[in-house]
Amino acid sequence: MNNLTEGKAIAGGRAMDIVRRGLARRHAAERRFRLYGVAAVCLSLLFLSVLFISIFQSGIGAFRQTFLRLEVFFDPGAIDAGDPGAGDYGALVKRSLRGMFPDVTGRGELRELYALASSGAAFQLRRMVLQSPDLIGRTAAVWVPADDDVDMLVKGVYDRRLPETERRTSDRQLGWIERLEMKGRIAKRFNSAFFLNGDSREPELAGIRGAVMGSLYALGLTLLLSFPVGIAAAVYLEEFAPRNHWTSLIEVNINNLAAVPSIVFGLLGLAVFINFMGLPRSVPLVGGLVLALMTLPTIIIAGRASLKAVPPSIREAALGVGASKMQMVLHHVLPLAMPGMLTGAIIGMGQALGETAPLLMIGMVAFIVDVPGGLTDPSTVLPVQIFLWADSPERAFTERTSAAIMVLLAFLILMNAAAVLLRRKFERRY
Amino acid sequence: MSKITIVSLAALLAANIPSGFGQSGRDHINIVGSSTVYPFATVVAEQYGKTTRFKTPKIESTGSGGGFKLFCSGVGVEHPDITNASRAIKSSEGATCAKNGVKDIIEVKIGYDGIVLANSKKTAALRLSAKDIFTALAKQIPDASGRLVPNPNRTWSDVNPSLPAVRIEVLGPPPTSGTRDAFVELAMESGARKFQSLADLRAKDEKAFTAIAHNIREDGAYVEAGENDNLIVQKLQANANALGIFGFSFLDQNSDKLQGSFVDGVQPTFEAIAAGSYGLSRPLYFYVKKAHVAVIPGMKEYLAEFTSEKAWGPDGYLSDKGLIPMPDAERKAVARAVKELTPIQFK
Repeated sequence: MNNLTEGKAIAGGRAMDIVRRGLARRHAAERRFRLYGVAAVCLSLLFLSVLFISIFQSGIGAFRQTFLRLEVFFDPGAIDAGDPGAGDYGALVKRSLRGMFPDVTGRGELRELYALASSGAAFQLRRMVLQSPDLIGRTAAVWVPADDDVDMLVKGVYDRRLPETERRTSDRQLGWIERLEMKGRIAKRFNSAFFLNGDSREPELAGIRGAVMGSLYALGLTLLLSFPVGIAAAVYLEEFAPRNHWTSLIEVNINNLAAVPSIVFGLLGLAVFINFMGLPRSVPLVGGLVLALMTLPTIIIAGRASLKAVPPSIREAALGVGASKMQMVLHHVLPLAMPGMLTGAIIGMGQALGETAPLLMIGMVAFIVDVPGGLTDPSTVLPVQIFLWADSPERAFTERTSAAIMVLLAFLILMNAAAVLLRRKFERRY
Repeated sequence: MSKITIVSLAALLAANIPSGFGQSGRDHINIVGSSTVYPFATVVAEQYGKTTRFKTPKIESTGSGGGFKLFCSGVGVEHPDITNASRAIKSSEGATCAKNGVKDIIEVKIGYDGIVLANSKKTAALRLSAKDIFTALAKQIPDASGRLVPNPNRTWSDVNPSLPAVRIEVLGPPPTSGTRDAFVELAMESGARKFQSLADLRAKDEKAFTAIAHNIREDGAYVEAGENDNLIVQKLQANANALGIFGFSFLDQNSDKLQGSFVDGVQPTFEAIAAGSYGLSRPLYFYVKKAHVAVIPGMKEYLAEFTSEKAWGPDGYLSDKGLIPMPDAERKAVARAVKELTPIQFK
């Protein structure tokens, strides 16, 4: 008897040893697994931060622009008070520059002097006079944007110490710029032209306003078209449609459409909207229609998922107190599913904001200077503007491209943050 | 919402949208075409938009070939008015135009553009001849006996002992680009002609000669770097041994980082290309439909702006962007032909 219990005790002790040894290994494995998870998260955060930091570093310079302070005499001889718009403002800018450096003569040298100020300076003076015609005959100090080569030099992108042949500004121009800096006539100020102007070939005058308005019009139309249709389709498919062969076919097709590459929607837009229906090219109307087609499957799938998440007890209870099927769906199920649907819609909109490929096919990649005033004015969207600027030879566009990317990322982060907050606030857990 | 509201809203929408359909009475000029001419056309369009009461033209960069395809698809407000091109219109494209009803095309030559082979300033500039370029980049070259063999040259010193012993790596435009068409015509053909066997072939059978001269190697020494010239510039800065092929305006804007190779003893500078001493220079054009000039508002003024001295002259704003202006007499002749809207005659 003793041997048996002793045997059992010894066997139990060995078993415990084995278990204990295995336990240590198991705990180590669990710790390693948690470590892998943390490492994966850290790695992805590292890549994300590298992306953000590199874009931030290259783009932050674009929010400041170099300005020159000119003393401009609004000569009544050059500006006709009856028709101020037609005055020779370029001559006023040139005269002011000559006044600051009176010793500059010779055609080549004067051309270099005039190249210090942007070509937009003349148009800025014209706007000032049209706004307040009492400027004619007076002298005023005006801050005008400097040419993009001067801007790049002052910001240090072009190295001043390089020999003249390797620089885009000559030694003479460098001398003038340094004298202006000493007199305090060159300053870097906030680049409001970036937010207020449309596209331009001169980097110091180029802005994203046209592209942002185009994006707003296109996305507004997308939301207007895809949200009601998507929600209605999701409600019908989930609540009312009979479960048969046809509905499974529809479900498979919708899932497929959500995975189709976006450029296919662009081809569809080109073939149907532009060639067949004769809609104009490059307008936000067609862009909005194409993006709506693209976002629709996403909204339907997100809508169905949030409707499925509403527990059947709510539906049964509504039917139980005497509601009709329609009332049950519209008054009880839909309000509870709405936060999820809104989240899906916002995420779908965020995807549509960043889409470029389908819009390339319908002609929204074009040089368009005027800010669009409606759905049928030609325009581009923000990602396409970034694409166009990335292709431009002027060095100053490099930082502006990164700055436009920062604006786009800011919009996307805002939209996704709104989606998360909405879900957090209104979600009901059962 | 009541039924009346819904119906009236629908009617309002239906009444408003057709005003934009069909582009009836399009009030802006529609321009397509070459990505090389695009930087120049956009500057003119912006100046025109700011100084006249007309809307700024819309300019798309589709490539010369793509531009001609859109341009020649018919006459009407839904088709483009002007196409930019970095090469002259081919007779086959002229035939397509005539077939679709596009008669009376006005050709406007705007200036010259140089094609440069640039590398990073970190290494010395290469001194190449046209023969070196052909020997380095052609798919098939004649060997000592005159027979065509696949290109065996791996390094520049294989091509020409005076060149450095680095691997041949050239980033250039794809076959869809007008710049590539111009490069093979100017550099590759003139290099191929230096080989006696190929010069004889050219005298006998021109088509076979062009097939060999235009055929660029596909074994990795020539890399098609797409239409994005800024990308080529960045790759050249990263890899000091690579050469890039692009237009002079990109070299001009990046002259602090890149330098052009000597071709037949001449370095690509503004003065050399304008004087005609740099061999790889080609004219740039745009083509206008005469039928659209009367219909679309502002087209005459756009043509006048582009052909004015302050745009394309030696002191004009286009030369600041890197366009090489034509000689004075040629500028005057083209401006006169444009003013009178003289259409080109296809042979």
